[in-house]
Amino acid sequence: MPAPSSLVPPQQFLAKQVRWHPLEIVFWIATLLPFYFFPSYLSLASQIAIAALFALSLDLILGYAGIVSLGHAAFFGVGAYAAGLFSKFVWGEPFSGLIVAAVLAGVVGYATSFIIAKFRHLTLIMLTLGIGLLLLEGANSASWLTGGADGLQGIDIWPLFNTFDFDLWGYTAYTYSLIALFVIFVATRRLIHSPFGLSLRGIRENSVRMPAIGAPSEAHIRKVYTISAVMAGIAGALIAQTTSTVSLESLSFERSADVLVMVVLGGAGRLYGGIVGSIIFLVARDQFSGINPQYWLFWIGLLLVLVVMFLPNGILGGLARIKLFQRGKA
Amino acid sequence: MGPFVAVLFDGFAYGMLLFLISVGLSVTLGMMNFVNLAHGAFAMLGAYVTVTLMNSFGWPFLATLPLAFIVAGVVSVGFEQTLFRPLYRASDLDQVLLTIGLVFMAVAAVSYVFGTESQPIHIPDYLRGFITVGSANFAVYRIFLVVVALLVSVLLIAGLEYTRFGAQIRAAVDNQRMARGLGIDVNRIFAYTFALGSGLAGLGGALAIEVVGLDHSFALIYLIVMLIIVSVGGLGSISGSFVAAIVIGISDTAGKYYFPYLGAFLIYLVMIAVLLWRPAGLFGKR
Repeated sequence: MPAPSSLVPPQQFLAKQVRWHPLEIVFWIATLLPFYFFPSYLSLASQIAIAALFALSLDLILGYAGIVSLGHAAFFGVGAYAAGLFSKFVWGEPFSGLIVAAVLAGVVGYATSFIIAKFRHLTLIMLTLGIGLLLLEGANSASWLTGGADGLQGIDIWPLFNTFDFDLWGYTAYTYSLIALFVIFVATRRLIHSPFGLSLRGIRENSVRMPAIGAPSEAHIRKVYTISAVMAGIAGALIAQTTSTVSLESLSFERSADVLVMVVLGGAGRLYGGIVGSIIFLVARDQFSGINPQYWLFWIGLLLVLVVMFLPNGILGGLARIKLFQRGKA
Repeated sequence: MGPFVAVLFDGFAYGMLLFLISVGLSVTLGMMNFVNLAHGAFAMLGAYVTVTLMNSFGWPFLATLPLAFIVAGVVSVGFEQTLFRPLYRASDLDQVLLTIGLVFMAVAAVSYVFGTESQPIHIPDYLRGFITVGSANFAVYRIFLVVVALLVSVLLIAGLEYTRFGAQIRAAVDNQRMARGLGIDVNRIFAYTFALGSGLAGLGGALAIEVVGLDHSFALIYLIVMLIIVSVGGLGSISGSFVAAIVIGISDTAGKYYFPYLGAFLIYLVMIAVLLWRPAGLFGKR
């Protein structure tokens, strides 16, 4: 995010940020391409849209508020299990399931946010990791409810609006996930370009000084953490509904680590970072799926090391630097 | 009475094992303040050194242990000099990402070289069997672990507290600029300290094989337990890690014995409770 070169009134600065860049419009139109050009990859596209939503939720707390979480899958899993159980015990209507999952993930997020807001650094990392593992073990122990290691049985999702079935090809799944991603993206975009979003960035830079200019750090962190949990819960619910499966994997440390990799790869603290990261991550994994998954881990590890060493702000950060460099030469 | 004592002893011995594999992290993460998730990879390296030397070269178990320490320590200095040093002042996130990237690469490399099956180990006969006292059986290997752990902690605490090198480490960790001003070669001290921490990881990994087994995922599975012990014990406190390892070891073993349906629930609960009560850990100062 380039700093304003000369001092402009804050309202003007924010208004300038809110305006849609032509590239953004191109990007969102491009998300429709899979329908026409890669119809056999629609279920992958749906996975990517869901992963992008999950990455967006992590970016909100990691990139903007500076909270490093190694347990963000907790909310993804809560959302997934909530949506799965709701379809099993109440009814299979997708929208209401999505809302129930969002509310439940938000409640868990709000409850844990009181812990999160009080700590920084390693203690915070360990607490997010611990809460994530606690939920995983909880879901594993409560196998009468969750099915434990076998996964949740008996998920029954009704067709969307009673007409569009969640088919094998993923037409409905991708449409559904993409609309959810877009709506939440627009809301997030609005949020981070609001005064609240600015104060989040202030907390990331210096959480002790922010209260001095009238922005209570802890209250802001609680708020954004809850919002992020709601988004992650919706992502989890989407995966449960579009694939009709929920397993312990949705709560696992691997999922938390994967989403962290996606956000960092694309560039943390940039709205599109998580989206770009999840596209690259999942397309690469799909292409390399022929090779042993153990070796796939090696390339992810190498990628992480290279990004930390050479691209401190991810791919988008690197592109932004190239652009600045060219402008400087001209 | 019998099972209670046995559970207590098993938990204590398991705690000592946990102490051995995580005390090195207490040095690198705790004292040098570097979020070193690669610690698990160095422990795995030491374990594979021991397994390879024993199974392919016929070395005796005890003779492989110093080598596990040395190889892990030397290899870690290579990484320290090239990759970690530029990141000492970087954010927690960068340190987490770089070191977990290395763990991923280590896991993949090990499964490429050694395969994914678990590695067999044949410890010598004098470390097998049980000693029976009254109605309780004590496994000899576990007694051996307790002795080694006590030895390591005494050596480490005494070394840091009473030797010239220990004083230099403490000075370099406490205040780098001041230590430099006094003519201490901080870079060299940090390299040695890092080697010490990772060497201890290698030793702990080698000792752990008999109890917890060894395969390519070792680095990731035990990483979390190591982190728990160091953060519960308190950053930079060797005695803190010692106490934390006992608490976690006993609560894990007792939990599995008395409440098997809880699984690993208990140790995460203990960790969260301790961190909420004392955010810097039991013996932490920062």
